[in-house]
Amino acid sequence: MAARILTITSGKGGVGKTTATANLGAALALQGQRVVTIDADIGLRNLDVVMGLENRIVYDLVDVVEGRCRLRQAMIRDKRLSELYLLPAAQTRDKTAVSPEDMVRLTDQLRPEFDFVIIDSPAGIERGFKNAIAPADEILIITTPEVSAVRDADRIIGLVEAEEKDTTYLIINRLRPDMIRREDMLATSDVVELLAIDLIGIVPEDEHIIISTNRGRPVALDNNSPAGQAFRNIARRVIGEDVPFMVIRENPSLMDRLARLVRGR
Amino acid sequence: MSIWDKLLGRREPTSREVARERLQLVLVHDRAKISPQLLQTLKDEIIAVISRHVDIDREGVEVTFTRSRRQSRLVANIPLQGSRQRRK
Ligand SMILES: Nc1ncnc2c1ncn2[C@@H]1O[C@H](COP(=O)(O)OP(=O)(O)O)[C@@H](O)[C@H]1O
Ligand SMILES: [Mg+2]
Repeated sequence: MAARILTITSGKGGVGKTTATANLGAALALQGQRVVTIDADIGLRNLDVVMGLENRIVYDLVDVVEGRCRLRQAMIRDKRLSELYLLPAAQTRDKTAVSPEDMVRLTDQLRPEFDFVIIDSPAGIERGFKNAIAPADEILIITTPEVSAVRDADRIIGLVEAEEKDTTYLIINRLRPDMIRREDMLATSDVVELLAIDLIGIVPEDEHIIISTNRGRPVALDNNSPAGQAFRNIARRVIGEDVPFMVIRENPSLMDRLARLVRGR
Repeated sequence: MSIWDKLLGRREPTSREVARERLQLVLVHDRAKISPQLLQTLKDEIIAVISRHVDIDREGVEVTFTRSRRQSRLVANIPLQGSRQRRK
């Protein structure tokens, strides 16, 4: 079996790409899948700390590309899970050290031995983004339910389609049920309608993410975290299971309606 | 908003509704790379071309965008003048 290569990208920065990569990687590994995550954000390495593997880095992506080490030597195994590896980004180089062709060659080497390769894309639409999407079989576009993030996501969807990548899925991150109930946040249905691509996950705003990032332990490993549950659900959908979406109540209750009436809005 | 508006159930749009509407417009223009000015130019030229051959109700002409899935579509709605065709 050849690995599927998934790239997680967005238009806007800070919407949750690295968090999603770490958690989807962990959640797929929990399902018994053999997974490699790749940090393609060269110069701004981050996935290592979110996964809690920063102390074990010896070589990085650029060392592999430039032939200073073998691919396997640069891959760090996550000891909490049986088959999860990280290929970290270089911190001291810039994105031009790697080309889209390098990424294709490198991931082709991984294909025979793994089930999934997950690539964490840098923000923006420059070289780093091109590197990240070049080898992708499927692209997961992540956005928050905010005007600027949705707009940038739409632009990225256009660019991804221009690259003839037609398997794109949407993840909406940081949904706040309370604000959705008050009609003060775009709802899932609004974002899906506007962007018109298939939804594969909704992730609520969750403090566990901050705590887990502090500890370097993805929330997908935490059974009490709603966001962790959301990422585990996404992993199961990626594998092909039919998992219902979390219920984030979108219709205002009578009390909400009364409150709005009183506030005059 | 007055107390009457509230009692009659009138309300300002919610921030969700405003966001949705603003995004709809922004995305249409981002995708098609067509500015409102260009849209007006298109409309003027369409009217000019068509009215050379057919009597149309110029005031009623509408040139708009619609979207379905990831396709933006330019739609021109051109009412004919009394639906009579000009005799040459
Ligand atoms: N669902 C969430 N709930 C709470 N905080 C989140 C959530 N998703 C992401 N964050 C926080 O948002 C910030 C940006 O996330 P990150 O994954 O680094 O984004 P990106 O990689 O797109 O720049 C981080 O501080 C992260 O902890
Ligand atoms: Mg990041």
